[in-house]
Amino acid sequence: MRSHHDMGGLPADRIEATEHDYALWEKRVDALLVLLSAAGRMSVDELRKNIESIGPDAYDSMTYYERWIHSISQTLIQRGVITIDELGRKIAQVEVRHKKGCG
Amino acid sequence: MREHDGRNHGHPHPHPGTRPDADDRLTYYQMMEIAVRELLIEKGVLSADAVRREVEKMDARSPAQGARVVARAWTDPAFKAKLLALGNDALVDLGLERGPYKLVVVENMADVHNVVVCTLCSCYPRWLLGLPPDWYKSRNYRSRTVREPRAVLREFGLDLPDDITVRVHDSTADMRYLVLPARPAGTEGWSEDQLSSIVTRDCMIGVAVPKANG
Amino acid sequence: MSAASSTAAVPARFRRGDRVKVRWADVPGHIRTPWYIRGHTGVIERLCGAYANPEELAYARSGLPAQPLYRVRFTQAQVWPDYAGSPADTIDIEIYQHWLESA
Repeated sequence: MRSHHDMGGLPADRIEATEHDYALWEKRVDALLVLLSAAGRMSVDELRKNIESIGPDAYDSMTYYERWIHSISQTLIQRGVITIDELGRKIAQVEVRHKKGCG
Repeated sequence: MREHDGRNHGHPHPHPGTRPDADDRLTYYQMMEIAVRELLIEKGVLSADAVRREVEKMDARSPAQGARVVARAWTDPAFKAKLLALGNDALVDLGLERGPYKLVVVENMADVHNVVVCTLCSCYPRWLLGLPPDWYKSRNYRSRTVREPRAVLREFGLDLPDDITVRVHDSTADMRYLVLPARPAGTEGWSEDQLSSIVTRDCMIGVAVPKANG
Repeated sequence: MSAASSTAAVPARFRRGDRVKVRWADVPGHIRTPWYIRGHTGVIERLCGAYANPEELAYARSGLPAQPLYRVRFTQAQVWPDYAGSPADTIDIEIYQHWLESA
């Protein structure tokens, strides 16, 4: 069956010619992909494959770089560069730090 | 330029109107980015400096680079021939990055108009033009451009008669595309700087054509 | 690992001007042959070179030996049943050799 991301030729709506200045966090996500693939730690193909596997509702509701960072995390877990445990604990630390206003 | 968070659906929706980095609250995915980056730095996989340098490189890239390439091609037939045959080598001749992908340059003519899309994701000559606009990555553009390019072009304000052939390029694999627009009449004797000033990013994607009066 | 034998590219079978048909297949995985073009017939516009297979790279495998990649040109009026445009309009798509058959 046709994958959700494989959308060429499907009916769709009027194009909203929107654009936005990329936020710093988005550029950093992009930079992570460039650096990780240059270092041989992941490929853009793994990035794409993991984005494609996200699931239709999530694919449509997440923003472009949200899909990227989700996919990068998943790829690094698949590759054994980080563990799920490490990631979860670190995100929790970031949250605490930010709430305290130190981040 | 309107603020937009780049969501994929075509329906209007409320949005904060401030860029996430300026906001007090970090979203879950912003926290994930921080977490992943810090883990990778702790593990020695990459450095904070490397991330910063990469962002700076990204910021230095813009459609103005592509516009220089087009302006040179319009004024130098030997460069144009090289651009069409060996795109990446021609970029290097102008002091630009060769880039990680092979550049295919597709030439607009009096009776041919080219337009580029990536239906499967968002492939785009980023090292040359910078990051692509949200609409290029949107469901509506990716779905419709291959099937009804003329209707899509009309939405962008470009209404082409049937005696102009429309060629769509779906950037599905290892090539990246640059549309070489046709030089408009009324630009005779212009300098390269003047010429590049009328070549917009949208002209190099193929949803617009350059105009002599700006 | 012997450099020459295991990393040499698969030989190119097609040349500019050859008529080719895109294989029809409905399979899972990371695929760069869009759904909308499978089963259609076109003409080789150029050989782009040989590249590691993204279907394999997506799973952190080498993707070697490299597969020839072509730009294949299709007539829009033949691809879409209700195509609204000139009969001369075309669509060019990069397709890997293993998805192509002589037509």
